Amino acid sequence: MNVSAPEIPAPAGIIAVSDLVKQFGRFAALRGVNAEFDAGKFHVILGDNGAGKTTLLRALAGLTHPTRGGISILGKTPHDASREIGYMAHPLLLYDEMSGIENLRYFARLYEIAGDGRCRQVIQAVGLDPELSRPVGKFSQGMRQRMSLARAILHDPKILLLDEPFSNVDVHSAREMVGLLKGMRDTGKTIFVVTHQAVLLEGVADEFVWMQAGQIVDRTHHLARDLNRAVEP
Amino acid sequence: MRSFWSITLATLTKDIRLEWRSKDALNAMLFFSLLVVVIFVFSFDPLAEESRHIVGGLVWVAFLFAAVVALNQTWARELRNQVLDAYRVSPAPANALFLAKALGNFVLVSLLEALMAPLFVIFYNLRVLGPAWQLIPVALLGTWALVVNGTFFAAMSLRTRSRELMLPLLLFPVSIPAVLGMVAGTTNILTGENPAHFYIVLLLTYDVVFTTACLALFETVLQAE
Amino acid sequence: MKRAFPILAVLTAFLLVCALYLAWTAPTDALQGDVYRIIYYHVPSAWTAFLLFFINFLASVQYLASAKPSTQRAAKWIVIAIGIVGFIAPFIPQVRQQLPVGMYPSSVATTALIITALYFLIGRYFPGQDLDVLAVTTAEVGVVFCTIVLITGPIWARPVWGIWWAPGDIRLTSTLVLWLIYVSYLVLRRFSDSAQTQKLAAVLAVFGALDVPLVYFSIWFFRTQHPQPVIGGGGSIDPGMLRVLLINWGAFLCFAFLVCWSRFRLEKLRREVEEAEALESLLEPAGPAAPSSKANVPLGRGSQ
Repeated sequence: MNVSAPEIPAPAGIIAVSDLVKQFGRFAALRGVNAEFDAGKFHVILGDNGAGKTTLLRALAGLTHPTRGGISILGKTPHDASREIGYMAHPLLLYDEMSGIENLRYFARLYEIAGDGRCRQVIQAVGLDPELSRPVGKFSQGMRQRMSLARAILHDPKILLLDEPFSNVDVHSAREMVGLLKGMRDTGKTIFVVTHQAVLLEGVADEFVWMQAGQIVDRTHHLARDLNRAVEP
Repeated sequence: MRSFWSITLATLTKDIRLEWRSKDALNAMLFFSLLVVVIFVFSFDPLAEESRHIVGGLVWVAFLFAAVVALNQTWARELRNQVLDAYRVSPAPANALFLAKALGNFVLVSLLEALMAPLFVIFYNLRVLGPAWQLIPVALLGTWALVVNGTFFAAMSLRTRSRELMLPLLLFPVSIPAVLGMVAGTTNILTGENPAHFYIVLLLTYDVVFTTACLALFETVLQAE
Repeated sequence: MKRAFPILAVLTAFLLVCALYLAWTAPTDALQGDVYRIIYYHVPSAWTAFLLFFINFLASVQYLASAKPSTQRAAKWIVIAIGIVGFIAPFIPQVRQQLPVGMYPSSVATTALIITALYFLIGRYFPGQDLDVLAVTTAEVGVVFCTIVLITGPIWARPVWGIWWAPGDIRLTSTLVLWLIYVSYLVLRRFSDSAQTQKLAAVLAVFGALDVPLVYFSIWFFRTQHPQPVIGGGGSIDPGMLRVLLINWGAFLCFAFLVCWSRFRLEKLRREVEEAEALESLLEPAGPAAPSSKANVPLGRGSQ
């Protein structure tokens, strides 16, 4: 199916999704999602399994092509905005056979970042040791998630798309990651987090976006839903 | 432009470094190549006078088998942990990745050929009657022909079932003119009976046409879900 | 249009019967005897298969080009350029000298025009997804006709030349490679799990099309060094036989058209059904109307 261009006039300061439909054969993962997200805010996406959260995130990252509808990221398509997007998901997105610093050095070349400095800085920011020569495949789960986050923020993207960053991570590491993300939001980054552990983000996130069966059913400022309220358009 | 080649080089050196670290796959491929040569030696009697006429074909069929084994693992590391997604999300151009992978495969397959060729010379008591130096362009161009399309079709096969079967299935039909060129050219050089110029030109044309096609269409293949 | 189908079917059946009758009663070949009559199946099948594969190629190129307006425009201009250059160039003396023996400038010019015309006709009558449906239709029917060529070829060759196959025979070998390419095309379509299967198949069709001239020339040169018997006969053909041949080709074309039309309609219906089902799943009320209390506030480590 063909992708249509974003159908909305998109001011540069927002991330806009219009009539987004994604079908995998007969299964509709996204059924017409319409939303605008302010830049510089921390959005948490919640919902049961199969609600479409991961599909939405992948569509924002440009990894999934919509069946219908459009996405505008700061006025550009996801593909054109790739420099401004940082993506992290459940798969590690790193080479098991290389150490953390070696992995980041390679990805730094992809983003045309010169020198080691930024790689080391980012590894330290997620609470790991840049000198560690152990290959990433031998890390604990928590360390792997943190290194994956390091890769996502390596090129200082304006927008972060994180899919289940806290899964299988111990509470201490998770809280540190939350602190890091909060700091990034405070410097003006836009953050989207898909998680089942939203309780960690209460008080930090600006908005909770509730999804159900491929649609956004509610958007709240706090981690509670009033089921009697009408759906926000 | 400079960043394109820098990314290609970075990817290529990363692949070579990773391949060097875990030499298991490489060693297995080298041993496989040896086995293929031995099977051929038993199947086609090396004492026969006609051996010089058929060795061109035998050598390249053996190279083809070895190449398929090498090509099938082109994207294996990118599939584990879905690293390919990380590349797709980055602004790095798709063709830089393609060229790096193709060049890496070229080095790998050339290595396997460098092992197998002397074995053929030994087992078949080969003497080159024609201009031996022409074997070099035939080998280089022929290997690139297999590798450039092989890397491309390996990427196409990523989204199919029976991935390892799809690669040779897609590669072999399209490679037929190149295989004819390699085999006929090598045979002509070995026997010295006919000039091999045309086949070198054929291989060059094939390489130019298909390298262009691969570079033009790789982005489409990479972005396929 | 749909009412024309039965009429066309009857007409085609009639044409096929006529063609068969003419094939039986055509003058006997001086050299080969009655065996040569297989030519009336072999050659029209080949021409039909090549035409269908060529349409597949044009449709695939258009399909790929239609992804972006800029590539679409570029492709249109390239095709127009091919038409103009192909029409004028063969008549220029320097170019005329370069043409291989037997290739008339007028036929080259006409072919160039046909290519351009076909491209625009296909674009006009098969918009959007129909291009891909056309591609898959022509590929499948083309493979069938190509199989007929490959079976009738050796059957013809064996009694006449004493061999089943000559590796240096350009036409038969090129047909074999074309068959292999399109069978791999169909396998790719069947085995691909991607959402972009159609694009991948179109890419493969382009690769195949680039390959065919290379196959042709590689075998052509191989033959100059290793002379081979020519299956399929060169040289001139009796005008009476030529007439029968063309009638047979006409009948085959009608038949191919009918089969393609049926297949096309079938594929379009199949896709419409799929879309309708997908649309249904899109519109139906999803999930339980009243979520349980658990869904209010996600607690704990999450359900894996």
